[in-house]
Amino acid sequence: MCLAIPAQVREILPDGMARVGLDGVVKEISTALVGDLAVGDYVIVHVGFALSKIDAVEAERTLALLAEAAGAPAEAMA
Amino acid sequence: MKHVDEYRDGKLARAIAATIAAEADPTRDYAFMEFCGGHTHAISRYGLEDLLPANVRMIHGPGCPVCVLPIGRVDEAIELAKNPDVTLATYADLMRVPGSRGASLIKAKAAGADIRMVYSTLDAIRIAEERPDRQVVFFAIGFETTTPPSAMAVKLAEARGLTNFSIFCNHVLTPSAIRAILEAPKTGGLPPVRIQGFLGPSHVSAIIGTKPYDTFVAEFAQRIVVSGFEPLDVMQSILMLLRQVNEGRTAVENQYIRAVTPEGNRAAQALVDEVFELRDSFEWRGLGAIPHSALRLRERYATFDAERRFAMTPIVASDNPACECGTILIGAKQPADCRLFGTVCTPETPMGSCMVSSEGACAAHWTYGRFRDRARASAGRAAS
Amino acid sequence: MSETREPRLRRRRMDVKSGRVDLSHGAGGRASAQLIDEIFRDAFSNAWLDQGNDQAAFDVPLVPGGRMVMATDAHVITPLFFPGGDIGSLAVHGTINDVAVGGAVPLHLAVSFIVEEGFPLADLKRIADSMGRASREAGVPIVTGDTKVVERGKADGVFITTTGIGVLAPGVELSGDRARPGDVVLLSGSIGDHGVAIMASRENLGFETAIVSDSAALHRLTAAMVAAGGTGLKLMRDPTRGGLAATLNEIATQSRVGIRIAEEALPIKAQVVAACELLGLDPLNVANEGKLVAVVEAGAAEAVLAAMRADPLGREAVAIGEVIEDDRSFVQMTTSFGGGRIVDWLTGEQLPRIC
Ligand code: SF4
Repeated sequence: MCLAIPAQVREILPDGMARVGLDGVVKEISTALVGDLAVGDYVIVHVGFALSKIDAVEAERTLALLAEAAGAPAEAMA
Repeated sequence: MKHVDEYRDGKLARAIAATIAAEADPTRDYAFMEFCGGHTHAISRYGLEDLLPANVRMIHGPGCPVCVLPIGRVDEAIELAKNPDVTLATYADLMRVPGSRGASLIKAKAAGADIRMVYSTLDAIRIAEERPDRQVVFFAIGFETTTPPSAMAVKLAEARGLTNFSIFCNHVLTPSAIRAILEAPKTGGLPPVRIQGFLGPSHVSAIIGTKPYDTFVAEFAQRIVVSGFEPLDVMQSILMLLRQVNEGRTAVENQYIRAVTPEGNRAAQALVDEVFELRDSFEWRGLGAIPHSALRLRERYATFDAERRFAMTPIVASDNPACECGTILIGAKQPADCRLFGTVCTPETPMGSCMVSSEGACAAHWTYGRFRDRARASAGRAAS
Repeated sequence: MSETREPRLRRRRMDVKSGRVDLSHGAGGRASAQLIDEIFRDAFSNAWLDQGNDQAAFDVPLVPGGRMVMATDAHVITPLFFPGGDIGSLAVHGTINDVAVGGAVPLHLAVSFIVEEGFPLADLKRIADSMGRASREAGVPIVTGDTKVVERGKADGVFITTTGIGVLAPGVELSGDRARPGDVVLLSGSIGDHGVAIMASRENLGFETAIVSDSAALHRLTAAMVAAGGTGLKLMRDPTRGGLAATLNEIATQSRVGIRIAEEALPIKAQVVAACELLGLDPLNVANEGKLVAVVEAGAAEAVLAAMRADPLGREAVAIGEVIEDDRSFVQMTTSFGGGRIVDWLTGEQLPRIC
């Protein structure tokens, strides 16, 4: 697999670097692969690089779909 | 952890499991392959197998870069590390991977080779800058996810005029391996298996997007759901595949929309394309030679190519002939069917690719799931 | 049952003739166990050593009923100073704990130093002062010692070995082979703190946390547990190198039982979880230096747990699972999802992963 985990941008550093945080753990990563970022954005981090930005709207949508998937059998039975 | 914990909710998982159980047609058998080791990990780590109905079976695919690296390439890296001028920088995952005759990087290190574990290609660049007297070689492995950081290192080395940095490139391509698995019945190289759909990789797809999978629908009438790595992502994606089967649909769907777009990460793709080109063919441990399935440095970056710089000679080595990885990787057999499983083949002394890292099918079963074997065996006897 | 094909592990013996010690032999996993088994146990074999505990209990000749416990521990750590302690305090706590989890009252410590030529005196003083403080706080004095200096490059700064002895109260008989089905498994607090604090202070991994090592002397906690548990207290262990997973597997193997724990019961700090996610590690394999695991009869569990919670080092103590019958000695975990998985020993050294 490619071990990667979402972390939040805390500080933009020079030279395409940034400090990101994950529940109190802070790490310096390269943002060269994702372009413009703002403090507060979430990025997926893999081997010290940000791979992609997390789309907050789509994340909400996924959670709604998950809730729906969890609720479906009740509807089916009703 | 935001964007993580929400997808690890056990209650929600059980509810989705109930939906899967309710929608799974009891007269059918479902077989899906999770290509990627990350999904294998989530399935074994959270015990998802216990949450799925008996007629929904997950086949663990070859998606673990450490596992599919041929022994010969490990041998070559060990040879390279023995060169007194060379400092070999590697991701820690590779340290224990056995080459021929029980050799490994960790043992080569114990015998005096200069091998450094790094967490990022940037660390390898730093070592090269700090030690101009050493030839620093980065042992590059991984799928599309891990390739852009390697490309970045090459570009950086060039920009900083580093003449003592090179990479030993073993980057491989996901779609080519999926194709090899799907073409197996046609080519006759491997016994046929009926896979009704794939969980598509999460972070590979963050880079390449979902478009490269379209061809599998058109050519093979396959189903692909690109899925996140968290356990709820996996559960939801299994449900999406199951619904496609039930509704008679074949499509590429994207469950991991929060991080994956149809186009993927264009900047990363361009960077990789600038530095690397396709190899005609590359050996995958457990799957054999697959055409156009790996990358090497372009001519323009030849000086950063360790294979050329050190005139490395290919080493061919083969697995124990009793190893069943080839048939396990395509779902035709299960780890416990291999007579080496748990006897001579364990994670400490892997005999084949599936035992090498904990995401391999055999290692995952050994490390997390083997307690089920006895129950399965007695259930089998009771049924027969 | 007899028909079931159980894979039988055919362990190849180590290649003593041409093999070399590598880092995995020191990581507390199966390779370490094999090294101890085939090199040391082969050479030393005796009734005390062969019990395979972290300490040995023995009768004191000429003292009717008198029993003592002895343990030793070598300490090598990078960096020497880390959040929550240093190699000195660690060396004191580690050995006190090995004596204490044997059920004994630790009495005295001996220490030996191997120092590398060129090592700063200021650092050595800082380490010695820290050891002095730790031993005074614990009330276990360092009563003898030895120092050797080796040429530059022949050691990494300083290595410290401590040896401790303690006395056992009459009737206290703890051993790793005493777990029985139905017994309850207790854990004194959150896991993974020490390992994460150490990794965070290693520069090359490039991350920062506020987590500090849990390094502490556990003998007051264990004394309270011995008093509360009586004969219902079967064994105690401190899950250091190899983490909780290694300790539970040792107990299961030694006692020839299975253990089932519940993931939801495990106390793990959010920062430890996050650091482990970043590095691809499992908190169950990460080292602790101030925690212990106890196996108690079900009837005594409540009393022991109450005694643990009354001690500052056991305030977060919880029951994490139970001992079950299993001739394969599996440690299993019910995941937060309600599924099952095995909790295995770590394979080789714990290294940060990318995949
Ligand atoms: S158990 Fe080992 S030898 Fe058998 S198929 Fe798996 S990896 Fe190959």
